[in-house]
Amino acid sequence: MPEMTKTAADEAVAAVESVPEQAEKARSLWGDAWRDLRRNPIFYISAVLILFLVVVSIWPSIMTSTSPYACDVSKSAQGAAPGHPFGFDKQGCDVYARTVYGARASVTVGICTTLLAAVLGCVMGGLAGFFGGWWDSLLSRIGDIFFGIPILLGGIVFLSVVKGGSIFTVVLLMAVLGWPQIARIARGAVITAKQQDYVQAARALGASTPRMLLRHIAPNALAPVIVVATIALGTYISLEATLSFLGVGLKPPTVSWGIDISQAATQIRNAPHTLLYPAGALSLTVLAFIMLGDAVRDALDPKLR
Amino acid sequence: MGRYVVRRLLQMVPVFIGTTFLIFVMVYALGDPVAAMFGDRTPDPATAAQIRESLHLNDPLWSQYLQYMAGIFQGDFGTAFNGRPVIELMGDAFPNTIQLTLVAFVIELVVGVALGVVAGMRRGRLIDTGVLVLTLFVISIPTFVTGYLLQYFVGVKWGALPPSVSTEVRFEELILPGIVLAGVSLAYVARLTRTSIAENIRSDYIRTATAKGLPRRRVISVHLLRNSLIPVVTFLGTDIGGLMAGAIVTERIFNLQGVGYQLYQGILRQNAPTVVGFVTVLVVVFLAANLLVDLLYAVLDPRIRYA
Repeated sequence: MPEMTKTAADEAVAAVESVPEQAEKARSLWGDAWRDLRRNPIFYISAVLILFLVVVSIWPSIMTSTSPYACDVSKSAQGAAPGHPFGFDKQGCDVYARTVYGARASVTVGICTTLLAAVLGCVMGGLAGFFGGWWDSLLSRIGDIFFGIPILLGGIVFLSVVKGGSIFTVVLLMAVLGWPQIARIARGAVITAKQQDYVQAARALGASTPRMLLRHIAPNALAPVIVVATIALGTYISLEATLSFLGVGLKPPTVSWGIDISQAATQIRNAPHTLLYPAGALSLTVLAFIMLGDAVRDALDPKLR
Repeated sequence: MGRYVVRRLLQMVPVFIGTTFLIFVMVYALGDPVAAMFGDRTPDPATAAQIRESLHLNDPLWSQYLQYMAGIFQGDFGTAFNGRPVIELMGDAFPNTIQLTLVAFVIELVVGVALGVVAGMRRGRLIDTGVLVLTLFVISIPTFVTGYLLQYFVGVKWGALPPSVSTEVRFEELILPGIVLAGVSLAYVARLTRTSIAENIRSDYIRTATAKGLPRRRVISVHLLRNSLIPVVTFLGTDIGGLMAGAIVTERIFNLQGVGYQLYQGILRQNAPTVVGFVTVLVVVFLAANLLVDLLYAVLDPRIRYA
């Protein structure tokens, strides 16, 4: 009997001792990930590219002094000329200036949509996973309804009706249709984290629900969400360009690669350069974000390596 | 299994109602179907009011939705902008899109899985890196860019394949659009298969199968593939809806008169019955594909048994 008490006491001591150990482990997940990232050349390539894109979308004037709206129809579809390295498009606008200014729309839409979808998805998925039962059924079904409409399809229907064409409308629409993807991941991660001993311990110690969610569950459920969100960012940029290409997304005077590609596509046979530059810039941007997503996933989820 | 199917079907009902209602609200509540009929002209108020009455547009939204749904179940999707019933347009359009989707699906499945298996079995070698880099590029270049480039180079410049689809829709005309449509999904399938194969190839049951002297071909095709393809099947199932939506872009580039073409015409002319009808059918396809995936799980993975 005394022996049993002793082991029980030992276990209690061990449990108390293991608490800081686990806290250290939780920190070291991010520490490990950061160390892995810094050793990954793909991370550096994509990070430099993204940094460059962000800078260009904030100050496009550092890259070019030509205005994307300064067009001269007499130069329609002409090739490269001094001061105009990418030539001119159908309306005689400078392709280089338009390619530089086009970064702003893509980067803004990508980052804003991802943030909005991630916040919505984490709240809905997190609540569904944490409370379970009725909450879970209700929130999951709501998610299924939005998940049932492919973003491209819903985007075409919605945007053609509201005729908005502003960055705000496009972001809102893609986030509203995109959040269930993140909510599903967040829900799964929260359910896994909820059953961990340290969460049960926090509950036993009388932690309030918000405290448990924010301090104990959120840090441990965040990794898969970050991975999915980073990869989704690239696809959102691609989707915005597709919607603009189809004529329902962004509208002029906003400079968007999708719009430029759609105009260039009609004259691909006599002026392929007007298609190649915006298309190349768009592909490179999507590539940068998808490579970053890959690198982050490799760092945060060692099992997938 | 039977009870599970029934439960899943029942779960689909609220999702179906919610999704179709959402589309219905988008088109009917946010847009103005009567104004759209007249294009840029302002309709005569009396005529507009008469049309509103005859189309039940003055009823509350939920009542319009119920009437619309009742019509759908009797095969009445309303009238398109050119006076033809929408159901007739569907009869013309769906066979073309289904053919295109099938071609794309087969390309995606065969090439994607093959690339994934080859890369996953030779982890970290040159061919693995090659497949990874290739898929990365395919994912990054948007479909409409690959579409125009392939159409221009393969179709027009080299003349290897027909650059656009004629009204007869012959098989060889669908190969190029099929490749374009399959592209991005193919890359995802290859990557998923690669990860899954690389993970499973080190597992105990593969070592056992090899140790008991089974031929390598059988180990790969029966033991390894069956277990590795479970995540791929999930992706393929949810991707059917994505493929049909992506067909809107591909059909536009290659001039195929399918679902995407009709949907696009409906949107351009602001014809609500066409848009809502086609999207509703696509959503049903999407939901059915998801159900099929869940049922396929049980076939592929005997550990999953639905009570």
